[in-house]
Amino acid sequence: MAVISYRKAINQALEQEMARDESVILMGIDVGGGTGGSGDVGSVGGVMGVTKGLYPKFGPDRVIDTPISESAIIGAAAGAAVTGMRPVAELMFVDFIGVCLDQIYNQAAKFRYMFGGKARTPLVIRTMGGAGMRAGAQHSQNLHPILTMIPGLKVVMPSNPYDAKGLLIKAIRDDDPVVFLESKALYDMKGEVPEEAYEIPFGEANILRDGRDATIVAFGAMVPRAMQAADRLAKDGVKVTVLDPRTTSPLDEEAILDSLDETGRLIVVDESPPRCSLAADVAALAVSQAFDALKAPVGMVTCPHTPVPFAPNLEDAYIPSVERIVEAVKNTL
Amino acid sequence: MQLNRDDLKRAYRTMMTIRAFEERVEKEFADGTIPGFAHVYLGQEASGTGICFDLTDEDQIGSTHRGHGHCIAKGCEVEGMFLEIMGKQGGICGGKGGSMHIADMDKGMLGANAIVGGSPPIAVGAALTQKLRRTGRVAVAFSGDGASNQGTTLEAMNMAVVLQVPMIFVFENNGYGEFTSAEYSVGAPSLTDRAAAFGMPAQSVDGGDFFAVQAAMREALEHARAGKGPYALETHCARFLGHFVGDPQKYRGPDELAAARANDPILRFRSKVADAALLETAELDEIDAEVRARIDAAAAAAREAPLPALATLEADVYVKY
Repeated sequence: MAVISYRKAINQALEQEMARDESVILMGIDVGGGTGGSGDVGSVGGVMGVTKGLYPKFGPDRVIDTPISESAIIGAAAGAAVTGMRPVAELMFVDFIGVCLDQIYNQAAKFRYMFGGKARTPLVIRTMGGAGMRAGAQHSQNLHPILTMIPGLKVVMPSNPYDAKGLLIKAIRDDDPVVFLESKALYDMKGEVPEEAYEIPFGEANILRDGRDATIVAFGAMVPRAMQAADRLAKDGVKVTVLDPRTTSPLDEEAILDSLDETGRLIVVDESPPRCSLAADVAALAVSQAFDALKAPVGMVTCPHTPVPFAPNLEDAYIPSVERIVEAVKNTL
Repeated sequence: MQLNRDDLKRAYRTMMTIRAFEERVEKEFADGTIPGFAHVYLGQEASGTGICFDLTDEDQIGSTHRGHGHCIAKGCEVEGMFLEIMGKQGGICGGKGGSMHIADMDKGMLGANAIVGGSPPIAVGAALTQKLRRTGRVAVAFSGDGASNQGTTLEAMNMAVVLQVPMIFVFENNGYGEFTSAEYSVGAPSLTDRAAAFGMPAQSVDGGDFFAVQAAMREALEHARAGKGPYALETHCARFLGHFVGDPQKYRGPDELAAARANDPILRFRSKVADAALLETAELDEIDAEVRARIDAAAAAAREAPLPALATLEADVYVKY
């Protein structure tokens, strides 16, 4: 099986779905890149190069460079979706939802329910989040908790190349709005990815490692860190389960509760400030649904309640570290 | 193009349906049968009717919080609308939407929208679909003078020009964004000029004159359907009532309110067609009676209709917890 990057896996999913279905279009800032310039149009393929090569292949009608107007981008994608297209809109950094959130939560996410089930909005919003790039407070957040609490949105956080491809194909084929939150820390991560198209269902957690001492639930870029923590703990004879829910909504509550039944100890790793985080959400799930199974208080490994700092040492301290995960697990033993 | 007798009757019937519907909404609201808010379109009937007159079900519109008139002009059934506005079973949106969220995809009605400036970006997307599918159809975004100041609207205008989509921006300038006058809140001397500055043709029209609106819309449609990109129309209208039903309107002087009523678009239509001997007064009166009877029946049926089943509360959200 081919070993490709997370970035390439996303690109491949887009290319294959666009080839399969003419109604799939891409729109966003520089998704082609260079439109109207004097040089090579379509040479950019997004600020991170994720859509590179798609403009030359599919042309300007299907890979649409837009003005820097996030409300118009998301709104137009929602309007195109509700009238029959399957747009994949790129919101460059998830930090920018501040200038288009109305079109996401008041418009696209509500159409089906608010219109009595008669509207269908097959919209994908591809965006990226997460700290570690020295990008400062306005380009480094991970705003999945805000998105997860919105009824009508599905929220995907792929943690590896295989999942990125299969979850994106599922997102494009889904008839409802999906926010596909890519982790910019993972774009160069390599992994085995089948050439052919495949779907990974939403709401089905991936158990990356099985161990009976504790359950670590981790999201997105925190999954590889949880795996490193599991390796270190294994050296001390502590065997943990690492569970990646893959989607924050729908959330695979059953898999989490089943695992907790076996281990009795839960640690949630969430790259987000603590209040109203997925860590808080999963902890509440455990306490309300599996109180009797818990042998120790739930460990919550999150960011501090601060904006993402710029100075590299501070930013590194902001992101949940492998050491903190190991410590949190040990605290439950 | 000259309108024939059937066209004139159709236009009049639409305007009268809006009038009778909204007067009934006013009454039902006072009776307490309509929960929440109601923003009526009384006085603006000629604008929505003229804009939608030459549209088909395949052309799409995005509307505003004051959307009942747009719904009716676009072909939504008043029976389902009353049910919806009263929050009843069988409403166009199953009682989930309400007055400010009526949508009917089969009629090309993409939704009333309670967010001022919510519709223009969505209509750009609908127009993009029309363009990519080469349908020869258009999308229309209704906005008011209030929404003309929203960033979403300005983004949408630029995007529509950049993408050259077949779209018509309709600014129904009724003089007030909620309680504050457009004269104060629109910084530019003219909404039309501001739209034109985005790089699209724009014209201003008397929104109380059905014939003027319909003729201007024909030009806009011709432009958009020819693949020449978006077009903007500003229709100058006068709101008979306040922002919502029950608004005491102390911010408007008595002369202004009297002038609005004196310039009633339906009376203007009647005298125009009667003076030109295009339709008989009796024919118009007959339409009035038919429309009033239909509205009475629809409202009465809606009052008696059952509430939505509680089981529908969690339907159509596709993830349950």
